[in-house]
Order: sequence, then C-alpha cells, then structure tokens
Amino acid sequence: MTASMFGIWAIKAIILIIILLTGFAYATYYERKAIARIQVRIGPNRAGPWGLLQPMADGLKLIFKEEFIPAKADKVLFTLAPIITVIPAFLIAAVIPWGGEVPFFGRTAHLYLADINVATLYIVAVGSLAVYGIVLAGWSSNNKYSLLGGLRSAAQMISYELALGLALVGPILIAGSMSLVKIVEAQKSVWFIVYQPLAFVIFLIAAFAEINRSPFDLPEAEQELTGGYHTEYSGMRFALFFMAEYIKVVAMSAIIAALFLGGYYGPGVAAHPWLGPVYMFIKILVLVFFAIWTRATLPRLRYDRLMAFGWKVLFPLALLNVFLTAVAIVVLGG
Amino acid sequence: MSIDLLVLLVLALIAVGAALGMLFSRNTVYSVLFLVLVMLTLAVLYLILGAPFVALAQVTVYAGAIMVLFLFAVMILGPQKLAGAGGPIGWQRPVAFGLTLLFLVEVVYAFAAKVGKLGALSCAEAGFGSPAAIGDLLFNRYLLPFEVTSVLLLVAAVGAVVLTRE
Repeated sequence: MTASMFGIWAIKAIILIIILLTGFAYATYYERKAIARIQVRIGPNRAGPWGLLQPMADGLKLIFKEEFIPAKADKVLFTLAPIITVIPAFLIAAVIPWGGEVPFFGRTAHLYLADINVATLYIVAVGSLAVYGIVLAGWSSNNKYSLLGGLRSAAQMISYELALGLALVGPILIAGSMSLVKIVEAQKSVWFIVYQPLAFVIFLIAAFAEINRSPFDLPEAEQELTGGYHTEYSGMRFALFFMAEYIKVVAMSAIIAALFLGGYYGPGVAAHPWLGPVYMFIKILVLVFFAIWTRATLPRLRYDRLMAFGWKVLFPLALLNVFLTAVAIVVLGG
Repeated sequence: MSIDLLVLLVLALIAVGAALGMLFSRNTVYSVLFLVLVMLTLAVLYLILGAPFVALAQVTVYAGAIMVLFLFAVMILGPQKLAGAGGPIGWQRPVAFGLTLLFLVEVVYAFAAKVGKLGALSCAEAGFGSPAAIGDLLFNRYLLPFEVTSVLLLVAAVGAVVLTRE
C-alpha cells in the first residue's frame, strides 16, 4: 500500500460521505415533497425557492434542540446507540460501484471505494450490525415503548435478513462472483431483473423490512408505541436515527440498482464513461421514489402478519429461487 | 516491528480486554456487548490472515445473528445485575477453578513440548480463503462432515420448534 493509494482512498471516502450526507438531506425533502403531491398538498415551500433549503433549516433546528437524557436511562449506551446505528449505514456504501473506469485529469479512476471479492456478504454483514443500535436505543431508554420497539426491530431484522441474503444468491450465481463490481459488469447486455424477477421482488421487500421502511416500520409504530425505539431521543441524537434510515434508503436503492438493474450501465456508457454515475443516480431516484410511493400507499402490517409473511412466504420463496437458479445454471451450462 | 504485528498486538489487547470485560461485567447487557466486540475483533484477525470470506461470515453469523438473539433473550428475561456467586450453581466455582488449572497445565505443556520444533511459517498460497476455495473444500473434500452438520442443525431447528409447541 503506497501513500498515494491511501490518499486516493481518503479522497474517495470523503466525497462518498459528502454525497451520502447530501443524499440524506435531500431524501427527506424528496420524501416530503412526493408524499405531499400524492396527498394533494404542496409540501415544504417556505425556506428558499420551492422549499429547497428546508433540509438545512431542519438540520439547524435539530442542532439547537435540547439533548435530553432520561434520568434512569443507561447513559453510556443511550449516547452510543445512535452512533452505532449510523455507522453501518455509511459503511455499507463503501462497496457500491457508482460508475466504471472514468478519465479524470489525464488518469483513469474507478468510481468505487473498494472492490472486495466478498462485497455481497459484506452488505449482509454490515446490515446485520445495524440492528444493535436500534435494540440498544430501545433498551437503554428505560421506557417500555422503546424496549418493545427495539425488540420488534430485532426480531424483524433477523427474520428478513435470511430472505435478503438468499435473494442475493441468484445474482451471485449468474455472475459467478460475489463482488458487486463483477456483478454489475456481468449485466452489460442484460439486466439481472430479467433472469431473476423473483429475487428482485424478494430483495426489494426484504430491504424495506431491513431498513424499517413503511409498510414494515413497526418498530416505530406511533399508534401503539408512541414512536418506538426513539421515543426518548431528541435533538441531534434523534436526527442520527433518521440520518441512518435515509442513508440506508439511498444505499439500499443503489445496491438494488447494482444487483438487478444493471448498475451504472445504460445507452452510451461505453463511449462516455461519465454517463455511468448519471444513470446510477437516475436509477436510485426511481427506487427511492418507489419507497416513498409505497409509504404513501400501503398501511402498516400487523406484527404477527409481518413475521408470518417473512418466515412463511418470503423465506421459502427465496430458497426456491436459489434452487431454481442453481438447477438452471447447471442444466444450461452457465 | 512491522505494521502487521502492531495491528495484531492491538487487536489481541482489545479481544482479551473485551473477553475479561464480558466475564467481570455485572450487567448482562454489557456482557453481551463485550462478547460482540470479541467476535468483531476475531473477524478482523481473520481478515489480516487473508480470509475475508471467513471474516465476514463471522460478522454475519456470530455478531449479526447469534449475538442479537442473545441480546434479545437477555432483554426479554429482564436484564438484571448479577448479585455475586452462590445459589444453586455455587458448587460450580471450585470445579471451574480445577478445570481452568488443568487447561493451563495442558497449554503450558503443549507449548513447552513444541518450542524449537515449529517450522518456519509460510504464507498461504494465492486464493486461499477466497469464497471459491472454501466452496471447493466444503463441497468436495469435506462434503460428508458438511452434510452431517447440516442435518444436525436441521434436527436441532425442528427440535426447537417441537419443544416450543408444547
């Protein structure tokens, strides 16, 4: 490892963090605007033109809010929990390829942070760590609603992780590699959604459950749990939970785009490599819109239905998909 | 001192420290978290040894799934601060001391017997620890143990379901 390589990594990591933070801020704006349109409202329109400065205003407001710690809370874990929640959200983005090789001031650069040969497993591993933040937030608040929210999310995330991991196997088998970069390169001519429609649907649903998005947002169901695991949180600590959620929405959209929707490929990318990130951006926008649309359309599932759906429908279907894909690859000779 | 050795020493320090923390913590939730830290440190050790697949499997399975279930169980049962030894398992303490002594003697003996007889360490060949190499080993050389383990796990899973039905 040379110093210049280290420098390039550092620069890429900083750019990635800036992109994700901006993505987080504007994902909230996007969601509020889109939901407002669906509900025939106008949405945020006061701060700046078309309300574009609304995320900054929200951020400033949250910074100046009082940081409250309940008297009987476990102070160490109460402070650590939002941090533990937000770090995996950033880490997951390290393996996402945002584009191919691009010319950059006379040299070629790769538009990804790391191409590791176990990237898909890395996504599952880091994603599975995110649950600690939520569970610990629920427990350390010393509040029964928080605890119930934390327990629910632990059960939910473990259950849907299985389907999520198994849905990954389809694209891995077809591409013959666990590296996300190789999986995207294998989709140069045909997107994997064509070969793997079932895995796409399973992954999409399981991803929503994994990041606690509606209709799987039971851990924070306000009617039953007055907010769930973040009931006792305020100020920037509260904002960190939402930062984690929206960054994961963006990161999961990017992963779905990379796994099933051809990643950065699109017409004309071979000639103009800088079009790659643009296509990636468009695909992410569409997928994030789908998440918002789902939230505006579907009611929240009941808890037992949610678990039954995960274990009795998604999990067997994911297993079936692995089996069918493996048989098809053996019969058709790859 | 090379960077690898330095990283190894720091990791070893964290792992052993976390293990001690797990043993001596009076709060079960903290014990579980210390154990998670041990698991994560072990994963980084695998990574240094050039086995990324094993490292990430360690994180996914142990830190991500098993320890979350531990935490889940601790929270459902009510995380309580342990009140010293004694009670129905009080007799285990002398037994534990005896067994630990036996283990230490064994370790010291094994180490003393091997000193000077270890060959030079060689680097693992290229591709060692990659997903393809591990898959090849599991499904060819160790197929029978692998399948027997999976049947055993299946039986355990079915057993758990049957037991909770009653």
